[in-house]
Amino acid sequence: MDKQEYAEYIKRITPKSKIWNSIIRAFVVGGLICLLGEGLGALYKMWLPNYDQAQIGSLVSCTLILLASILTGIGVYDKIGYFSGGGSIVPITGFSNSITSAAMEFRKEGIIFGTCANMFKIAGPVIVVGVAVAMLCGLGYFIVGLFL
Amino acid sequence: MTFLWAFIIGGFICMIGQLLILKTNWTPARILVSFVVIGALLQVCTLFEPLQKFAGAGVTTPITGFGAGLVKGTFENIDKYGFLGIFSGGLTAMSAGIAVAIVSGLVIGMIFKSRSK
Amino acid sequence: MSTIIFNHQPRIVGWYSVAGKKESQGPLGETFSRIVEDEYFGGKTHEVAERRLFVTAIQGAIQVAGIQPDLVFAGDLLNQIVSSSFAMRDIGLPYVGIYGACSTMALSLINAAAYVDAGLVQSAVAAAGSHFATAERQYRTPLEFGNQRPPSSQWTVTGAGATVLSASKESKIAVTCATIGRVVDFGIKDVNNMGACMAPAAADTLERHFANTHTQPADYDAIFSGDLGQIGEEALRDLLKERGYDLGQKYYDCGKLIYAEEQKVDMGGSGCGCSAVTLNGFILDKFKRGDYHKVLFMATGALLSPTTCFQGESIPGVANAVVIEEVTE
Repeated sequence: MDKQEYAEYIKRITPKSKIWNSIIRAFVVGGLICLLGEGLGALYKMWLPNYDQAQIGSLVSCTLILLASILTGIGVYDKIGYFSGGGSIVPITGFSNSITSAAMEFRKEGIIFGTCANMFKIAGPVIVVGVAVAMLCGLGYFIVGLFL
Repeated sequence: MTFLWAFIIGGFICMIGQLLILKTNWTPARILVSFVVIGALLQVCTLFEPLQKFAGAGVTTPITGFGAGLVKGTFENIDKYGFLGIFSGGLTAMSAGIAVAIVSGLVIGMIFKSRSK
Repeated sequence: MSTIIFNHQPRIVGWYSVAGKKESQGPLGETFSRIVEDEYFGGKTHEVAERRLFVTAIQGAIQVAGIQPDLVFAGDLLNQIVSSSFAMRDIGLPYVGIYGACSTMALSLINAAAYVDAGLVQSAVAAAGSHFATAERQYRTPLEFGNQRPPSSQWTVTGAGATVLSASKESKIAVTCATIGRVVDFGIKDVNNMGACMAPAAADTLERHFANTHTQPADYDAIFSGDLGQIGEEALRDLLKERGYDLGQKYYDCGKLIYAEEQKVDMGGSGCGCSAVTLNGFILDKFKRGDYHKVLFMATGALLSPTTCFQGESIPGVANAVVIEEVTE
């Protein structure tokens, strides 16, 4: 076997994930997390009638983030993740899990150089790319606005 | 009705994420980044808000909502403050979430030890 | 390209293995000298726990052997092989740190045998070990991060093993020859498929070993590979079949032996500790009981670092083989 044949051979003998099984789990868990978000939104709207849509949304995100962080701390979130994969990575709770899990992992190197320096190890790119893309879009929007 | 659609659309977005993980071998960080960009682009194309009206938390809870929120905040601040808004808008809109994520990560990280299962 | 023949046949006079809780629940659970249930081993960090595994294994093997060795060869997976070198603070013996990724147990055994065989030292210790949590942190994601493991991944063994070799003829179990591996790279880049990365190196080492020693797989009571896992094992069998060797029924992979299927470890165990605890428990115990008379033990390693992976390099493999044999005189 040469390298190319070997690569194809390995691809053939490597077991595949059960796609349907796995995406259905992701669908259900992801859907439930979103449902929880919707439910919290409805609840907050009832309690805080003065808040506008954006503020309610912010509050819901904060609640989910906090909840996921606590679940990570007590060692539950990674079990949910093991079960559902993308279902608990894609929601904002996955973002929170990535920060808290890194914070916990690197705590032993101290608070400054461990926790603080490493907590955005996985989530960092999300904020960097998000902010960069938003700025780029903003720049375009601003320039277009000058000519209208 | 929004509840049902929140479940279905939210679940669907997560399902796409899982499909990407299985099919492309992408790392979770890459998946998150891609969804943020998709959310931002949906917002630019003004497709995000109709979706949000329809499915509520189904589109705002996935990390796509983070991307869309960043762009929305940027545009709003540009309308309000002009040039400065390009820089200040995004993080202003998302500040609460990021702050809670940082503080809760810090506190939880100090309290609990990680364990192998 | 040659195989080293140890003319003076250094003897294995003591061995000791220490393993974690998950390993103790596997099929080899009974064969380990000591089980440590606490993943922190009473320390503050997993890194400290890994060091304590080393100290326990080396001291245990020395005690079993009942002699004071002159030299220790040891290595592990962590950056700058800190687990073995830090453990040596408590051992207080002259120390040679070696790195062969997961092939370290065989590599340290070969080095120890070579020193003893050449008469440079009277006795030497060979040791290797790994810890699931420290390997996860170095190579993968934080423990509490909620992602799924791809079906091709393997589970790093928590455990360490040590073997004491001596020039005295007290024991009948000897290290008789060894084939040191060449670094072989077939261009696989998937960090979650270590078996596929290492199988070509394993095939290369075995092929050279059989040719140099004029032996066939059937000449051994058993052939063990270190941590190829299910994919690697299958690939090794096929690669060798292509080169005219049939490994047959007596070939086993330590990574596949160490865990049961229901333990959710996907393709099997991996890490330095995988082959180390299997050798210093299951395999050498079988020699003691007289079940084995001649065994080919080959540990396999994937020579990657997180940096090389992020820089898009493919993953080279290496495999070191050593023959353990019952001798008469």
